[in-house]
Amino acid sequence: MPSNSKPKLATLWLSGCSGCHMSLLDNDEALLDLAKNIQLVYGPLVDTKAFPENVDITLIEGAVANYEQAAFLKEVRKHSKILIALGDCAVTGNVPALRNTIKDSANAVLQRAFVENSDKQPLIPTDVPKLLRKVYPLHEVVKVDHYIPGCPPPAGNIAYVLTELLAGKIPIMENKSKYG
Amino acid sequence: MSSKRLNFCWGVKKLKPADIIHLAETELDAHRSYKYRINVCCSSGCIPFGALKVLKAFEEAVKEFGVQKECKVARTGCIGTCSVGPAVMVEPGDYLYQSVTPEKARQIVRDHVVLGLPVKEMLYGNKAYFEKQHRLVMKNAGKIDPYRIEDYIAAGGYSALVKCLLRMSPKEVIDEVWLSGLRGRGGAGFKTGQKWTFVARAHRSPKYIVANLDEGDPGVFANRTLAEADPHAIIEGMLIAAYATEANKGYIYIRAEYPLAVETLKKALDRARAMNLVGQNILETNFSFDIELRLGAGAFVAGEETAILASVEGNRANPRPRPPYPAASGLWKSPTLIDNVETLANIPQIISHGGLWFSKIGSPTCTGTKCFSLTGKVKNPGLIEIPMGITLREVIFDIGGGPPDNKKFKAVLVGGPSGGCLPETMLDLPIDYESLTKAGAIMGSGGIVVIDEDSCMVDTAKFFIDFCVDESCGKCTPCRVGLHKIQETYTRIMDGEGKPEDLDFLRSISSYIQDASLCGLGQTAPNPVLTTLRYFGKEYNEHIVDKKCVAGKCSFKHQVKEDEL
Amino acid sequence: MTTKTVSLKIDGHDISVQEGTSILEAAIENGIDIPHLCFLEGLTKTGACRLCLVELKGQAKLFASCSTPVSDGMEVITDSVKLKEYRKKTIQLLLSERTHVCSVCVANKNCELQALADKLGVDHVAYEREWTGEKVDSSHPFLVIDRNRCILCTRCVRVCDEVEGVHALDLKLRGKDSQIIVDFDDSWANSTSCTSCRKCAKVCPVGAIYVEGEPLSQTKDRNIANFVLSRRKK
Repeated sequence: MPSNSKPKLATLWLSGCSGCHMSLLDNDEALLDLAKNIQLVYGPLVDTKAFPENVDITLIEGAVANYEQAAFLKEVRKHSKILIALGDCAVTGNVPALRNTIKDSANAVLQRAFVENSDKQPLIPTDVPKLLRKVYPLHEVVKVDHYIPGCPPPAGNIAYVLTELLAGKIPIMENKSKYG
Repeated sequence: MSSKRLNFCWGVKKLKPADIIHLAETELDAHRSYKYRINVCCSSGCIPFGALKVLKAFEEAVKEFGVQKECKVARTGCIGTCSVGPAVMVEPGDYLYQSVTPEKARQIVRDHVVLGLPVKEMLYGNKAYFEKQHRLVMKNAGKIDPYRIEDYIAAGGYSALVKCLLRMSPKEVIDEVWLSGLRGRGGAGFKTGQKWTFVARAHRSPKYIVANLDEGDPGVFANRTLAEADPHAIIEGMLIAAYATEANKGYIYIRAEYPLAVETLKKALDRARAMNLVGQNILETNFSFDIELRLGAGAFVAGEETAILASVEGNRANPRPRPPYPAASGLWKSPTLIDNVETLANIPQIISHGGLWFSKIGSPTCTGTKCFSLTGKVKNPGLIEIPMGITLREVIFDIGGGPPDNKKFKAVLVGGPSGGCLPETMLDLPIDYESLTKAGAIMGSGGIVVIDEDSCMVDTAKFFIDFCVDESCGKCTPCRVGLHKIQETYTRIMDGEGKPEDLDFLRSISSYIQDASLCGLGQTAPNPVLTTLRYFGKEYNEHIVDKKCVAGKCSFKHQVKEDEL
Repeated sequence: MTTKTVSLKIDGHDISVQEGTSILEAAIENGIDIPHLCFLEGLTKTGACRLCLVELKGQAKLFASCSTPVSDGMEVITDSVKLKEYRKKTIQLLLSERTHVCSVCVANKNCELQALADKLGVDHVAYEREWTGEKVDSSHPFLVIDRNRCILCTRCVRVCDEVEGVHALDLKLRGKDSQIIVDFDDSWANSTSCTSCRKCAKVCPVGAIYVEGEPLSQTKDRNIANFVLSRRKK
């Protein structure tokens, strides 16, 4: 299949630990089969600056924690046919969202990180993207088509979902929805 | 013989069946010796208006004019016109005076009793209010002194019990109840005869009876009024039920927030016990049955039949799954009959007049009458009793007089917080269990709240969801968490953050909660949501799409989240 | 006592069990799986979680299979489309109710709620989640209660009352505010009735009650109630 007619895959890394991307890579030799059927157009693994248009499948790792991410996610949604929440942070908020349990968490976490835990020059930097009041899972910000939970999601589940979607089928998530 | 001495005499003597008849005659003679009887309503509705002062004023005026021998002043229960209290009824002729003050009381005694000229300008003018009503359960309300058992006996009370004890077998009593077609007035409409049969068939001892007076719905006060006006009807009903099902012990479960009803029932029980009508060897027969009051802490869910059992046993009022049904395993795992007090209050009359007589009242599938608290935006709110099968329109417009101040009628909520909101087009619906259920409402414990054009239906639905969220016991997941999700969705819609897909969400989660909840609270709680969506979907769309509330109730103040995302 | 046998059908399978058995117990006995959370062998059946709902042929209502006894000729359906949808909803509601973050939970991989979400394919929670910040009570020498993970199944309350016979645990408040409490809502360290028997931690389906420093796989013992009660009978 010539590369320009293959479905375009993008991956995105929001507030997460990159573990989901690691898990994607954990597919090892299965990646070779996957690579035959897709072209990877954007993501931490590719050196593309702007999010391309008409992406077929976008895998997104991480929760939405700041305004920049929220705005970017909305852009990505516009250009993606299928959007997949990859991993617990994207699906539930997970660890980043634990700050939702405290009051005024946007300020509290900055205070904790840059003032209380700082040995010298305690100062909240001004160039940190403005934090949202709460951390949201993807589907509370944009429409999400499929979910692959897990922390990280097992490599096999990622491969399964991608394979099914590439074959034009809808993945069935029974016994493939283990959080944590 | 003065009534005080009469009380004393009958109080010490162990009554036998024939004594009841005798006492009724003596008491009636005493009544007849008065030319006038002034009934002052001293129920929870009229007391805040100053009914007790009015009662005192009447007593003083009667003395002042020296007509004690001709005119009896009685403290009674609810007369029914709760909005124009204190209400006073002068017999004979049933002259109903409204908004009586102590000064007016003196005038009534002077003009009506002394001069024989009713004070026309103070009379309650609305004839229609009573015309379509049929007072059966409430027939003694406002006529007898609830504190005097003799008044009740004079009105024919306890004669049904005597009839059962002397002339009927338990089976014949149940047959009569079957024949009457009486259905549970607590809301579900289960055939009373059927329920009694189940308990009667359970061959285990002890057996219990619980009378449900845990009326938790906001704006509903039918059972309370009944207990305040005619406590002995409930007690007699329980005794007959006990005789029919061979039960040993009864509990009246009443919420502690009804202090007057509690006091009235307590006194009534004491009197009945003193007169050998409750306790061991009732009326010197082999039949024994004691009744105890149990006060509830006022949880709405405690009215659910399995929750009531837990509460009577002294546990947290949580419902439990059925089966086993209480008829097989209720209080302390013994067979237990649970009936609403209104159901029980019907029993003495069914026994006295026969099931056939009763079955001709109301509609064929729903016999008898039903008490409703008619409240909300109507000209004549109050406690009404109507024959089953008359239409909502008759109740709201003929009896209630429609919304005041020329406002337009918008909806009527039938059945309390978990009832349904029905629009104008449904007003010709007959009031019976099946029709109401089909329309998405329920009979419930008897609340009719009329809503006019000033109210927003989204806001109204949220009010009732808020109530049910607060009152959910928290045991089962659908009710505990599901209702909370509905509440959150409403808050969003009313804050202007509604999304079109919210409507589908509300529908799907509502039917889930209805199907999956453990008890009646959860199973009916989404009714206001579903009925407002069904009949007032337009208003939801206005809220969500146009961010507009025709009634001007919703603020649409955006929350922080909207600014962020 | 003579034991009568009852014949019924579950998902088309002919089954006979002893009279008085519940539908769920009959299903378990015969290797048919009906998802459940609040049910535990040996404890009173409360029918609270609503996961084990089944359809009975000829009845419009749904029945909690844990508390509904079998009867002759009964035809039970355990996996209709509607039931599957409802179960998913129930799991989602439970997950959304409090702060359930599996990746940082002691019960991760030893959790009945997590396992059911996986099995039923609850790949996300459609409802907005509550992020409760209840204080964890770790005052007891080794028992810890984290109410943020509690699903109010009341297994701990029941095992404490019915098996240990102590009733140190109970519920306070109602509705969504319900919480498991120790004694009269005291801190666990101050409890005068708790015998520190650990049964609560053994039966907790999630990670709400656990033994500090002990892997949950070691603590958990689904069979504890049944075991103690059966020994007592002898």
